[in-house]
Amino acid sequence: MNKEKLKKIKEDSLITLLELHMTAHSGHIGSSLSCLDILIYLYFQRMSEEDKFILSKGHAAASLYTVLNKYGKISDEQLKTYYQDGTFLAAHPPCGDDKVDGVIFGTGSLGHGLSLAAGLALSTKFSKKNFKVYCVISDGDCNEGSTWEAIMFAAHHKLNNLVVIIDNNGLQGFGRSDEVIKMMPFKEKIQAFGFDVVEAKNGNDFADLDKAFAEIDKNGSDKPKCIVARTTKGSGVSYMEDKLEWHYLPMDDDQYQTAIKEVRSNNA
Amino acid sequence: MRKAFSALMEHAGKTDKKTIFFTGDLGFMALEGVRESMGDRFVNTGVSEQNMVTAAAAVASEGFTVFCYSIAPFTVFRPAEQIRLDVCLHNKNVKIVGNGGGYGYGIMGGTHHAIEDIAVLSSFQNMRCYIPFCKEDVEGVFNSMMDRVGPAYLRLGGGQKPEDLELPKYSHTRKLTSGKKITVVALGPVTLNALTAISSLNKDEIELFVITEIPIPNFSSELQESIKKTGKLLVVEEHVQRGGLGENLAELVLESGLSCQYQHLFAKGYPNGLYGSQKYHQKLSSLDPDSIKSKIQEMINEKK
Repeated sequence: MNKEKLKKIKEDSLITLLELHMTAHSGHIGSSLSCLDILIYLYFQRMSEEDKFILSKGHAAASLYTVLNKYGKISDEQLKTYYQDGTFLAAHPPCGDDKVDGVIFGTGSLGHGLSLAAGLALSTKFSKKNFKVYCVISDGDCNEGSTWEAIMFAAHHKLNNLVVIIDNNGLQGFGRSDEVIKMMPFKEKIQAFGFDVVEAKNGNDFADLDKAFAEIDKNGSDKPKCIVARTTKGSGVSYMEDKLEWHYLPMDDDQYQTAIKEVRSNNA
Repeated sequence: MRKAFSALMEHAGKTDKKTIFFTGDLGFMALEGVRESMGDRFVNTGVSEQNMVTAAAAVASEGFTVFCYSIAPFTVFRPAEQIRLDVCLHNKNVKIVGNGGGYGYGIMGGTHHAIEDIAVLSSFQNMRCYIPFCKEDVEGVFNSMMDRVGPAYLRLGGGQKPEDLELPKYSHTRKLTSGKKITVVALGPVTLNALTAISSLNKDEIELFVITEIPIPNFSSELQESIKKTGKLLVVEEHVQRGGLGENLAELVLESGLSCQYQHLFAKGYPNGLYGSQKYHQKLSSLDPDSIKSKIQEMINEKK
């Protein structure tokens, strides 16, 4: 897909995402914005129809719903049910693979996504199917011991059809990751666990994501792949960027208008 | 019981290519045959039960039946959230297999016992717990578990069947002895202690049932008739007071409008803080044959 088209999808997605959060008066906007570019890139530049996607940071569900809507899997009508009573589109992706097209597993409790993705990747050894599994995990996900269990497991079983993208925005539930619990350096650590690891300097920039994916594609090893994508929480709305409070706060009318104005002018 | 289970798994390994077996690094002198028959479909996931269970749910989502094996406490409590969310809420065909349920691991101590397992797991969506009574019972329980597609927990133990006892055809609720004065219902392996207790009592007085599935799929009419007839119900289980057979059965009794005297013998944990063999812990919880016998006699002698 050419850059202009991708840029247009991004603008439309940003508007839709902000609308969703505004209408629902819901939080986790910063988290949704942090990984929106990665999700757009995966769905429109990277994944085939057979490939599978797991959003381990389930609190960014609105971002996934938005991208699935632009991709044609969630209708406009269904998207309007977000956050409403009686919806499948809750604040975290719903449990059950029959609920929403494109959502294979419900997530929301951190530390599950990578094991789900690794299990799916392993299943191809039994089924002889040919698909890749993409999994977006957060800084908080990497606090969980089970994530590291899954990293060991994926490396041991040489799951080279698994691609993990760390949405490394450096902020988590109640502080900066570096201050909460030191996890750096991701690259060296995960490499030592047996992955091919590449860093994307700016995970909110399609060009940098392009470079990172091109680099992991170059390496045809039997190792699972990981892209440490340096992202910005709240990316695309300057007053939200790198601010912990936008993990939680809903927007008021003025904030919403300011955000929309900025998105439109950035893409004008 | 573990050998009987392994033999069934070996067979499944050869005949059903949709069966996958995960172990959390346990199975020495037990699962070697399963490993051989399964080949690549036998995966030692390492001592990482959380990843084992979640990965199993994901593999199951691709149309496989996945077993997750460890000793009972490790396969239930550490990955409890993984079982709750990834297996149960998604209704995946994952069979959790826990060896040594109850005080089965005896002197290994409290870390190795599973006396709250059924309470935890039976409260999860779509889950059913299977508790075979003895090694001869494993096949019937196993087949019942496999017939039901969805989450399951198989609690293996060291139960034995008295040689002279003929097991009725498999059902989750089976009558083992007939009598007129009291109904005794036992869960899985501890049924042997109830049978031993009954053997030195007047057999015409005691109607003993064994139950092997929780939540009890349906309240058998034979058991209802028995409770109606005797008016006295004693429940025996190697599981804590809450969330096991006792509460499940008491609810069924209340719902059905039956009225009876009710007593419950259950695992009391570690009342003196000391450890010992499975028999030692059973005695402390009044689950040994002598204590069960005393309780039966006490209830028979009690006026209605």
